[in-house]
Amino acid sequence: MTEEFRTQCRELMARFPQARSALLPMLHLAQAEDGYVTPEAIRVCAELLELSTAEVAAVASFYTMYKRHRSGTYHLGVCTNTLCAVLGGDEIWRTLSERLDTGHDEVSADGTFSLERIECQAACTHAPVMTANWEYLDDMDVDKALDVVARLGRGEAVRSTRGPVIRPFTDTERTLAGYDDGLAGEGGTADAKMLAGVAYARQHGMSAPQAPERSPFDETSGTDDAGGAPAGDGEG
Amino acid sequence: MALTPVLTAHWDEPDAFTIAGYRRHGGYEMVGKVLGADPDRLIQVVKDSGLRGRGGAGFPTGLKWSFVPQNDDKDHYLVVNADESEPGACKDIPLMIANPHAVVEGCILAAHAIRARRCFIYIRGEVPQAVRRVRAAVGEAYAAGFLGRDVLGTGIDVDIDVHAGAGAYICGEETALLDSLEGRRGQPRLKPPFPAVAGLYARPTVVNNVETIANIPTIARNGAEWLRQMGTEKSPGFKLFSVSGHVNRPGVFECALGTTMRELLDYAGGVRDGHELKFWVPGGSSVPLLMPEHLDVPMTYEDMQAAGTMLGTATVMVFDETTSVVRAISRWIHFYKHESCGKCTPCREGTYWLEQLLADFELGRAAQGDIAKVDEVCKQMFGRNFCPLGDAAATPYAPALKYFRSEFEAGTHTPAHELFDPLASAVFTPSTVGAAP
Repeated sequence: MTEEFRTQCRELMARFPQARSALLPMLHLAQAEDGYVTPEAIRVCAELLELSTAEVAAVASFYTMYKRHRSGTYHLGVCTNTLCAVLGGDEIWRTLSERLDTGHDEVSADGTFSLERIECQAACTHAPVMTANWEYLDDMDVDKALDVVARLGRGEAVRSTRGPVIRPFTDTERTLAGYDDGLAGEGGTADAKMLAGVAYARQHGMSAPQAPERSPFDETSGTDDAGGAPAGDGEG
Repeated sequence: MALTPVLTAHWDEPDAFTIAGYRRHGGYEMVGKVLGADPDRLIQVVKDSGLRGRGGAGFPTGLKWSFVPQNDDKDHYLVVNADESEPGACKDIPLMIANPHAVVEGCILAAHAIRARRCFIYIRGEVPQAVRRVRAAVGEAYAAGFLGRDVLGTGIDVDIDVHAGAGAYICGEETALLDSLEGRRGQPRLKPPFPAVAGLYARPTVVNNVETIANIPTIARNGAEWLRQMGTEKSPGFKLFSVSGHVNRPGVFECALGTTMRELLDYAGGVRDGHELKFWVPGGSSVPLLMPEHLDVPMTYEDMQAAGTMLGTATVMVFDETTSVVRAISRWIHFYKHESCGKCTPCREGTYWLEQLLADFELGRAAQGDIAKVDEVCKQMFGRNFCPLGDAAATPYAPALKYFRSEFEAGTHTPAHELFDPLASAVFTPSTVGAAP
């Protein structure tokens, strides 16, 4: 691992009351470097945290997002938990797996794609759901899935349905390690499905009860200057 | 009951997720007021409101806060559980994407109530968009002086860290989450001691679901009586519901507790055209399924319990007559086997055997005695583990058998895919073409 990796790991360790809390971000950072958690990364993390390699490997092997071989440039997930499977996820999985000649937790021959049968992605309203480097691809069907693969394979930009243009696997891992990618503004506030209730309520004149004029905290004297803006630490 | 948009009210504004969008509607106005008051005042307001935890268990939030020892000279921690991974649950992620500042303001207020200076928001790693949005909101709150040292001149310090998980359903269990946050395998701890006494780094800790925390600014602003205008005495307030599956307009619906599934189905445009409701699951795969006869049961903690199930996360899954219940249960059992952390023997071994037995039913090769054998395995698992994952794995089978016994009997001779064409339950027509990659 590079000296820069060690420096960044020490920065992560300094953010927590106890340095070991940085281990999950450090392993994400290791994947940002190499596309998976290498044996060397395990040794370096162990050395920095004064743990045994067995302790670090035990953590790395517990979490499904940490890979023990290099992921494809685009790590594709197809949700095959019950709801997505029933709504067509199994068919999407079968087609993609055949087309790429790649099974679960395997990498395509050219290294462009890796495939994973993923568990519930907390997007059931948008089923069947896929992910590419963990960015949402909502409301998928077989044709859309094949189209995404074709476009990514040709190096074209593919935008997540609720987020930014999909970047390589290692870039997403750097975001998860704690580094700002400047992409929080991508993707809008909410799509039609997230807005379904708001739209219905507007249409039918439904709303929450009127808010009272005074809050239970209004009679408190003293500091009452929520509008003030003293300098903050600016952490982000 | 009715739709009551509060947390979702401004999601149709393009900048609702920014600090400017949030402050336009009174966001952060409670920070100075609450931090300027005694911490116990907010605990009392939340207690009076009757707010119950939105992560699934429904424990009273104010009561949980009051368990934290006060003036003990120890560091206290607020940990926000944003590890939404329950099959069917899809309400916390939309909340964090569209309204992250309600979460951040809620953290600031709740941290004050429990005398914590440090807060961690643990977000599942598989949703980088949620991580980005919450992290950006935290950054904006620091820049505006709502976080950091001496917040708004109150002399109070509050810091928030946003922490990404790495793929483990079990980390939604609060003590497993704490171990994960300490850099370990996410395995549940024996309780007691409870986190309020020995949580993160063995210090007093409150773990709250992210939707619960997002409720706090509104309750502080509008008071307990206002909240109690919605819901029932035992289940006051509003809640993020979602409806997914075989409906015409799946989506997120913020309703008063006590709303019925019949009303929710109406909001969601009804069961998909040309089909009829077979069964529905009110709050994630860990709660027993319900039938069309339960459509008028109010969706409260107490009424769902009386109906033999649980409100859970209030994220409803709807399945029509094209769905094989055997396939549905089999896949959920596979999930629990995949996600069992392996610490407790009944869960680790039980899910291992259940997965194989259910697969046999799905493939039409189960033995006659297997119907009783599955039931026996579930009973051996139930209540014998550190955490509720084993219970959850043992839950779906019995109600499915009760209502659809003939499908399990058919599993002794006929594969599920012959009884229920998988393409009929899909929401798209599979293509025969498709461009080459």
